[in-house]
Amino acid sequence: MTRLLAIAVLSAAILGYEVLLVRLLAIVQWHHFAAMVISIALLGFGASGTAVYLLQDWAKPRFAAVFAGCALAFASTAVVCFALAQALPFNPLALLWEARQLVYLLALYPLFLLPFLFGATAIALAFVSLETAVGRVYGANLLGSGAGALGILGALTLLPPDACLWVIAGLGAAAAGLTGLAERTARARRLGLGMLAVVVALPLSAPTSWPGLRVSEYKGLSKTLDIPDVEILAEGSSPLSFVTLVQSPSVPFRHAPGLSLAAVGGPPPQLGLFTDGGGFSAVTDPSGGPDSLAYLGDMTSALPYSLLERPRVLLLGAGGGDGVLQALRHGAAEVDAVELDAVLAALVRGAERRFSAPIYDRPAVRLHIAEARAFVARQRQRWDLIQIPLLDSFGAALAGGQSLAESHTYTLEAFEDYLGHLSPGGLLAVTRWLKLPPRDSLKLFATALTALERSAIAVPPRSLAMIRGWNTTTLLVKNGALTPDEIAAIRDFAARRWFDLVYLPGMDAAEANRWTLLEAPLFHDAARALAGPERADFIAGYKFDIAPASDDRPYFSDFFTWRALPDLLQLVGQGGAGLLEWGYPLLLATLLQAVLLGGLLILLPLCLKRSAFPRDAESLRVAGYFLALGLAFLFVEIAFIQRFVLFLGHPLTALAVVLAGFLVFAGLGSAFAERLAGALPRRLRAVDLAVAAIAATALCYLWLLPLLFDRLIAAPDAVKIGLSLLLIAPLAVFMGMPFPLGLARVRAARPRLVPWAWGVNGCASVVSALLAKMLAVHLGFAIVVAIAIGLYAVAALALRRSFAGETVPG
Amino acid sequence: MLEVVALYAERTPHAVSGGAIDASVMEAMTRVPRHAFVPEALRDKAYADRPLPIGYGQTISQPFIVALMTHLLEAEADDVMLEIGTGSGYQAAVLGELVRKVCTIEIVPGLAERASGRLQALDYANVETRVGDGYDGWEDCGPFDGIVITAAASHVPPPLVRQLKPGGRMVIPVGDPFTTQQLTLVVKRPDGGVTTRQLLPVRFVPFTRRPS
Repeated sequence: MTRLLAIAVLSAAILGYEVLLVRLLAIVQWHHFAAMVISIALLGFGASGTAVYLLQDWAKPRFAAVFAGCALAFASTAVVCFALAQALPFNPLALLWEARQLVYLLALYPLFLLPFLFGATAIALAFVSLETAVGRVYGANLLGSGAGALGILGALTLLPPDACLWVIAGLGAAAAGLTGLAERTARARRLGLGMLAVVVALPLSAPTSWPGLRVSEYKGLSKTLDIPDVEILAEGSSPLSFVTLVQSPSVPFRHAPGLSLAAVGGPPPQLGLFTDGGGFSAVTDPSGGPDSLAYLGDMTSALPYSLLERPRVLLLGAGGGDGVLQALRHGAAEVDAVELDAVLAALVRGAERRFSAPIYDRPAVRLHIAEARAFVARQRQRWDLIQIPLLDSFGAALAGGQSLAESHTYTLEAFEDYLGHLSPGGLLAVTRWLKLPPRDSLKLFATALTALERSAIAVPPRSLAMIRGWNTTTLLVKNGALTPDEIAAIRDFAARRWFDLVYLPGMDAAEANRWTLLEAPLFHDAARALAGPERADFIAGYKFDIAPASDDRPYFSDFFTWRALPDLLQLVGQGGAGLLEWGYPLLLATLLQAVLLGGLLILLPLCLKRSAFPRDAESLRVAGYFLALGLAFLFVEIAFIQRFVLFLGHPLTALAVVLAGFLVFAGLGSAFAERLAGALPRRLRAVDLAVAAIAATALCYLWLLPLLFDRLIAAPDAVKIGLSLLLIAPLAVFMGMPFPLGLARVRAARPRLVPWAWGVNGCASVVSALLAKMLAVHLGFAIVVAIAIGLYAVAALALRRSFAGETVPG
Repeated sequence: MLEVVALYAERTPHAVSGGAIDASVMEAMTRVPRHAFVPEALRDKAYADRPLPIGYGQTISQPFIVALMTHLLEAEADDVMLEIGTGSGYQAAVLGELVRKVCTIEIVPGLAERASGRLQALDYANVETRVGDGYDGWEDCGPFDGIVITAAASHVPPPLVRQLKPGGRMVIPVGDPFTTQQLTLVVKRPDGGVTTRQLLPVRFVPFTRRPS
């Protein structure tokens, strides 16, 4: 039992480290490279299978010592390798210019692979060495991983991210200590107790300033800290973000995206908010009087206020609070402000208390912590204006690096939801950074048109207007047709502020491209083409992907198309590097790397122990079985996390509930798998039964979940979490069975192949996470689930044919 | 270096009128020793057409972008120019070769000090540097015939628009330190009205065919 506890604790540490690395690398560098580095590091699981396969004769008799040694090695490398990685002068921004940056990137792979290799080697060895049923070992592994998923989210809420590294190290050391306690010799027990004592003393003895976070010098926060007199006023950490509130008295922040060139004055001095050392938003002191806030009327985002009187406003993305100030300044009767990040909201409220007139203390303003779309979906009320301000920083928007982050805010279904929550004649306003060549503003325009068509608005193009300044665009969608007075008001608003009309019902082409001149009226031409009968042809022929995103394919910021790639690559040297949309090519590169390196690790035992490795159809079937399972498990898990985000209202809640739910219930399924196999009649195979149950449940959920979620979206959170776990339970319990059943058969027939099977499964899991995203971008998550069911069927078939002539269980 | 600049300019006729950077700009760039503006360790790459890091999270821009921005300013011998974001001082030096006076403001004291030292050592007596906030411009030095804002900005500071002379031009590069993605050219008309031109430093047509 103590050994199983050690396995569970180490599994918790490994999964916790995986989640933590995503956060740490996102803070010190940029998100897109975090995914690339970590996916390769996770191949440590595959490498562990190879290592144990090769060393099993030596390691098996020394299980306790090797397990404890690996756990300790995991604990120390988890901290040390991160510190070493920070010492590398890797700068992803310079990748296109400097070959040595590629060398630094490649050096990061083995650094982060080491902790996973040590951790997973210990687990793989347990499968080989322990007499305990495979299902119980795998169950401990999954239950521990589930606890690790929940635990790291909790730790990231309570502690700074770099301090969480010591928590992970402590868990690794605790697993080593527990292994010692499980031994019979007094010396081993003393060592185990000593180790646990060290772990208990860790909070007092761990250095608080090492390894620390060395944020890239090219990120906004680092640059700001180079300015004299800058002071960090507060910091906040959560699993979503690391937020820093900064004051710069000598060179004050002045943030007013899209401010008109006709504006007489800019914003008053502000406080700065940096998310993950990069993304910037500002907190404005509203107590300087009406003149100090005049700038809020001179931004493209102020357009809807020229058409509405005392509107009830829903602001989806409160950020630093400028959107709320803008609404109040324009006479909003009520403002509901929604913010995803509770830590950011808390820092803003704290910053505001320094001012004499904090906006969130006003009776007309309500702040809600929720995912924007999910908040709207569960409301019954309607608003006169739904405003979606700039949600990302300029740099992030231009870099395109986060283009494959799922977002339900800008999907077709989201727009239908927003329209359904507008009062008659109400407006939806969406502001984006202006990108050249035009892409996201056009995708928004196409999305709005399609949503209007679906909501039975008589002539959709008559409900739309779009303007642009020198660096922002604002799209207006009316719940009804724009009246001549409103059209005149939009013209007037734009003309006074030197903003260009992109689209307006009845607009003449000569009215476009007058203030911020482009070589050709690209935005207007494109909007007109989208509003006309040739929309489909235009979207198909455009060099960026501007087709509307959907809840099933929630990738609004993915504009990459293969047909633009040759042109873009040619332009890199000329200063066109910024036009490359990085997200998709990086995902593809990462997937290719994972497939190649994973394949190599799988084949390595065949090369190194040619004579001992059975090179027959059975080995091939074993590989096929565990490959299919590794791919299928994560396909289902990832797809269902996406499905539950809207229902549970927050991505973190969805991640915690769904991930922990899947792992814990699969762990239980695994623990009972062999008992189920024993209870079934001989001709009924437990794996076939489990796969049939997985297929039936998953298919049923594809149809049932949207209906259920639609009806229960407004239920209390506790009910929704309980229901979610109830829904996940049967699917996950059955998903936990095929792996231990298959492994038990391998252990009975070919025991030496057990670690190899574990390694194959580990490699497949890495490829699966990347491939699921790639498939979802093209085909949607429903198809990803369907493919997973197919893979489970392939696995069942492979196992049915395995060891046919041998007497093995399962 | 200049051959590459000329080649790129030829390929970017929408941004460079006539498909060639003004000869005076090219001559100015020939006269400015770019290697003196990059860190010692990177001097061998000084004349490559690429941005280079100069510390404090800043870069010295790619020569083509410097040439393009200077060309867009249409500098004349008697002009007074303002630069927000001195960085290495290279852009100020190129402008210093072309105009009567250049005033340049840098927010980071370490960078300003280094740039000022370099410019003095190279005898750019007509370039004046200052450490501080560029938002309010430099009233005493202006009004300006041209302004370059190389520091990232969410908006064009209204004081800078005011300090631009009628007929004056302002250039704002947009993008991260290693990739200039687009250039905004602000032109103040003689009547005080302002128009802007949005330029990509590259030629890229997003339509596979023209929209009807």
